[in-house]
Amino acid sequence: MAETLVKVRDVRKTFFRGGERIEVLQGLDVDVRQGEFLALMGPSGSGKSTLLNLIGGLDKPTGGSVSVGGVEVSGLPDGKLTAWRARHVGFVFQMYNLLPGLTAERNVELPLLLTSLSRARRKQQVATALSLVGLTDRARHYPRQLSGGQEQRVGIARAIVTDPTLLLCDEPTGDLDRKAGDEVLELLQALHSAQGKTIIMVTHDPHAAERADRIVNLDKGVLVGAVA
Amino acid sequence: MKFWPLLWSSLKRRKARTIFTFLSIVVAFVLFAYLGAVRVAFSAGVDVAGADRLWTTHKTSIIQPLPAAYQDQIARVPGVIMVTHASWFGGIYQDAKQGFQQVFQAPVDPEAYLTLFPEFRIPDDQKRAWIADREGVLVGEVTAKRYNWKIGDRVPIQGTFYRKKDNSTLWEFNVRGIYTGGKGVDTSQFLFHYEYFDEARQYGQGTVGWYMARIDDPKKSTETSKAIDSLFENSPAETKTVTEKMLAKSFADQIGDIGTIIQWVLAAVFFTLLLVTGNAIAQSVRERTNELAVLKTVGFSDATTLGLVLTESGLLALAGGGLGLALGSMAVGAGDPTGGFLPVFYLPTKDLVRGVFFVFLLGVVAGILPAVQAMRLRIVDALRRG
Repeated sequence: MAETLVKVRDVRKTFFRGGERIEVLQGLDVDVRQGEFLALMGPSGSGKSTLLNLIGGLDKPTGGSVSVGGVEVSGLPDGKLTAWRARHVGFVFQMYNLLPGLTAERNVELPLLLTSLSRARRKQQVATALSLVGLTDRARHYPRQLSGGQEQRVGIARAIVTDPTLLLCDEPTGDLDRKAGDEVLELLQALHSAQGKTIIMVTHDPHAAERADRIVNLDKGVLVGAVA
Repeated sequence: MKFWPLLWSSLKRRKARTIFTFLSIVVAFVLFAYLGAVRVAFSAGVDVAGADRLWTTHKTSIIQPLPAAYQDQIARVPGVIMVTHASWFGGIYQDAKQGFQQVFQAPVDPEAYLTLFPEFRIPDDQKRAWIADREGVLVGEVTAKRYNWKIGDRVPIQGTFYRKKDNSTLWEFNVRGIYTGGKGVDTSQFLFHYEYFDEARQYGQGTVGWYMARIDDPKKSTETSKAIDSLFENSPAETKTVTEKMLAKSFADQIGDIGTIIQWVLAAVFFTLLLVTGNAIAQSVRERTNELAVLKTVGFSDATTLGLVLTESGLLALAGGGLGLALGSMAVGAGDPTGGFLPVFYLPTKDLVRGVFFVFLLGVVAGILPAVQAMRLRIVDALRRG
């Protein structure tokens, strides 16, 4: 049995919108094992993206704790949280979020700019990441010159280029057609099985969720059931 | 350097906006350099005026002549080391359109004049040749270049005010020397022998335009001036003696406080420039909210994000301001644009340094608000908006 990488304990998240108090997460407990591929499912507004943001250190919970690899992320000060995120988490977004003025390889290189790696070493790591996603021949292309599926694969290459502990994917196939979506899911599955990456994927799509080892369902900020 | 592709991609994101902002910065700094030189031109003489030189003119007006006999009396005033004189001539070379009347032309005592104004640089052989030739003229290099005069040339000048005894208005001179000078020195003057002028002119013999004296202690300039003027009180030609600096300043003030006017014009230009550049950077940051959030997501710290936006703003200011100052300096280096009206026309080093300071200031001030905005961006909110 692999050890637990992510521990979410009694996590609550409250927003205030127009004077109204909205409890997005209401005392949630979730564990994710090292090397697991977890799918987070649920209707819109169920809190799945909020949970993903809390695990990734993009946001802080109102109550409870989130720890990743033994580090209590929810308690880290902003400066340390940024550094921790750069080292341990890779993000994949629904809308790819590539910088339009940079080529694929420059986009992938972005997280490495913050490291002390030499230019040659950065180049090597970018090449490796692009080869893992099968886009070596598109390295010099700008996002506008790529298809949606290719853009998302560049997004995945950017997420894995620092070899992070955890890969967080927010609706990675949400903006793709079925074929391109399947390619992206296959890529994530390959990263999980061949590289042993721990992946948490938020999705609406049951077909996409089937690729995961485990599915967690959320509704109105609470867990409503898990499928092994 | 590793952030360069990122910065460059931000700058070229909206090419037209970047180019127009860049051009407005270039134009502003060209203007800064050019107006700086104009300000110097109008205050010419004030900065380089000798603190130990006094000018004695007719009390009524500088155009009223003074008796040549005053020279010995002034020379005897305690504190006066030496004294010499000059007069206004105002001739025309070829035709009035040549603008020669704007050149300072004066009959002087050659040796004494050069002793009093050591800032005029002239080779020894040329100095000797000028002193030896009664019809010789010493010309500043700016004027020599302008009219393409060389040593040995015979230059005909049409007198407008002074005729010769034979009723001719033609005065001919031999170019015997061409002098140079450091920055701020008027190198446009046309100086010839007073003796030749005084003997040949139809009227006004025995008079000079004004006197210039060197004193031993600039701190006593007021007392020495009073002592000189008291010599000629109640005479038909009373005098007014002031320091060279005061005289130069009073000439500059007659035109108006050009320095202050130029400063206000430049302040308005820079204020507008600040708004234009600040707005361009702010707009660029607003459009890139999502991209900045992505950068922060992948690990760019608040400080790095702040630095990126400030560097972007700084680069724009540096490129535009640098080019503007360079072009402005080149334009100023091309010389007096009025063809002789502004003989001292250059951009002082201190103004250039001030320009470089303004370039950096522009980069920081225009970029600071958008940079702080980018720094404070909350990733989750920005991604949701994106």
